[in-house]
Amino acid sequence: MADYQNIFTAVQVRGPLEMGAPATDDSRVGTPFFNYWVGKIGNAQFGPLNLAPAGAVALVSFTLWANIIGFNMLASVGWNPVEMLRQLFWLALEPPGPEYGLSLLVPLNQGGWYLIASAFFLLGLVSFAVHAFQRAKAMGMGYHIGYAVCAGFWLILVLGLFRPIAMGTWSENVPYGIFPHLDWTTAFSLKYGNLFYNPFHALSIAFLYGSAVLFAMHGATILACSRLGAEREIDQITDRGTASERAALFWRWTMGFNASMESIHRWAWWFAVLTPITGGIGILLTGTVVDNWYLWAVEHGFAADYPQVYDPVALSPADPSYGAGVRVMTNPGDM
Amino acid sequence: MADEKPEGYWERASREPWNEWFPTKAVVILGVIFALIFVYGPLGGATDTETAQAGYRGTGMATIQNAEVYAAALATVDLYPEDEAPYEVEEGADIAGEYYENVQVLGHVSVDNFNRLMNAITQWVSPEQGCAYCHGEDGNFASDDYYPKVVARRMIQMTQNVNANWGDHVAPAGVNCYTCHRGLNVPEYIWFNEPADEGRELLGWDNNQNHPNSRVQSASLPSNVFEKFLLEDNAITVISQNVREQMYPERGIKSTEWTFGLMVHMSASLGVNCAYCHNTRSMGQWDQGPPARTTAWYGIRMARELNNEYLAPLQPVYPEHRLGVTGDAPKANCSTCHQGLYKPLAGKDMISNWPELAAPAPAAQQQAMAN
Repeated sequence: MADYQNIFTAVQVRGPLEMGAPATDDSRVGTPFFNYWVGKIGNAQFGPLNLAPAGAVALVSFTLWANIIGFNMLASVGWNPVEMLRQLFWLALEPPGPEYGLSLLVPLNQGGWYLIASAFFLLGLVSFAVHAFQRAKAMGMGYHIGYAVCAGFWLILVLGLFRPIAMGTWSENVPYGIFPHLDWTTAFSLKYGNLFYNPFHALSIAFLYGSAVLFAMHGATILACSRLGAEREIDQITDRGTASERAALFWRWTMGFNASMESIHRWAWWFAVLTPITGGIGILLTGTVVDNWYLWAVEHGFAADYPQVYDPVALSPADPSYGAGVRVMTNPGDM
Repeated sequence: MADEKPEGYWERASREPWNEWFPTKAVVILGVIFALIFVYGPLGGATDTETAQAGYRGTGMATIQNAEVYAAALATVDLYPEDEAPYEVEEGADIAGEYYENVQVLGHVSVDNFNRLMNAITQWVSPEQGCAYCHGEDGNFASDDYYPKVVARRMIQMTQNVNANWGDHVAPAGVNCYTCHRGLNVPEYIWFNEPADEGRELLGWDNNQNHPNSRVQSASLPSNVFEKFLLEDNAITVISQNVREQMYPERGIKSTEWTFGLMVHMSASLGVNCAYCHNTRSMGQWDQGPPARTTAWYGIRMARELNNEYLAPLQPVYPEHRLGVTGDAPKANCSTCHQGLYKPLAGKDMISNWPELAAPAPAAQQQAMAN
């Protein structure tokens, strides 16, 4: 098989272990080392980690958050580690019930642990974002990564902080668990009349799927041109070499248009950050501004109308709401 | 591996011996695994589903059934014992209430038909033990000493109530004892209250959910849905019918999960998917949904009434081994009758031959029996 056709990481660079640029602070921890298998998926050197104060706070906060969840899960299966493993995908730490509203004085075992864990999670998120900006600044980089981190945190904070506050209850929060958070998601869509009709949900999905397509196209293009020097893609933004020319030509010939070595990275960054930004807007509007997305879509004329094929729904004469004509069971749940 | 190599080199992994076979073989192995999952899985697996269009074309409104499960459920229909046709009642024929002692519910029925029904009940409920299951071995048929007889009397009243007052759910097929019992002393599908969690005072609260539980088909949904909806009268509707106004502000996500759990139970009990009752473009809309949803709506109310009026109050009558861990009586849910079919016993006529079970005794005769 020709070298450049390899689809797995083929090169491991081994030099002297490097500590990185001289730093004004001394926050680096850990002794770096090479690892062959780490080299299979990335740089073979592992460490050191720069744990400036913000990073240390984030690490401690996330650890506490995960441990509160983990010990509650373990307690919910009677402290049985085997059951914990067996039921792991089902277990969760649940937010408080609606009877507590936005109170912070919730009994520990009625959602109080959830609020404590969430407080640590919030602290971890904020400090990690600060960490990302500080490290970028220290290294003279742009803040693109920090902004992208914030875009993701925006969606998390909408789900766990802004929307529950707007709704007036912590019970709208997402449980910390694998299946439980998926069931929460389905219930969220059911409760608000089908999120499929939420245009921001649609945008978010378009950006999410678009991100995957762009990532695949870009990764494949660069790998395919690696024998022509495509790894110098940033140089080739201005100094287009053979790799850049052929990559451009390939896409222009196949779809009439091609990105440039610069623009493809901006495409990818914008698609990535717009996924949680638009998603967060859609979540924030749900239950606060719009209570039934299907009816909202009917009102705005983009829920398709199609003929009725069923017999009309009719109640028996014994029912109190009988007599208003057919299809009178608009809200039988009130009964 | 390469730590002993000199510093400052780079190497192509493809020149390592293992790399000459690894990528190709790995691709082949991965390909086989993918083929197993995506080709053999759908074609050769156990999920042989049948789909039938059930709504306007192109909208995905279809009923989906697992062919094997459906066929197995259908096969149980043929086990129903053959009905004995009712006897003509002549003017002045003896009635059970006067001919026998202590006939409280069926006293207005002619003796011939009373015995015909008793005979059928043994086939439906106690084919092995026969009459003795309720009446004991000593031949005193009037005695109320055996608890199954006291339960059976109440169950006859329940059956009469269902046929007379819940036609919205059970007509035209109706129900008799066999609809639930299927030849067993105790119906196969019953439920008891779930025990409260113990020993979790400080942490480990799970809000009655988040454990694999067959009641909700092993979803992470709350499992106490029967208590919530088929015993207690909690609201099921959660979806607002106003675009910008919340009609049920007190029913949030957790309420929705309870409703969802009940719906999962109904789906599994009836062997149907959501679209059998709902237009799934938006679950709450009645105006576009299949009429079956109305039938189901009555069914929930019916189950609630039966549990509260008939089944739960029988608790003091039962011996301990018939009770649940919390000491409650066995109760009914959708599975109790449906057992995997959206019409129990595929809609077989259960009532035409049993006018005794179609309605309670006429009021005048009830009065006479009470005296």
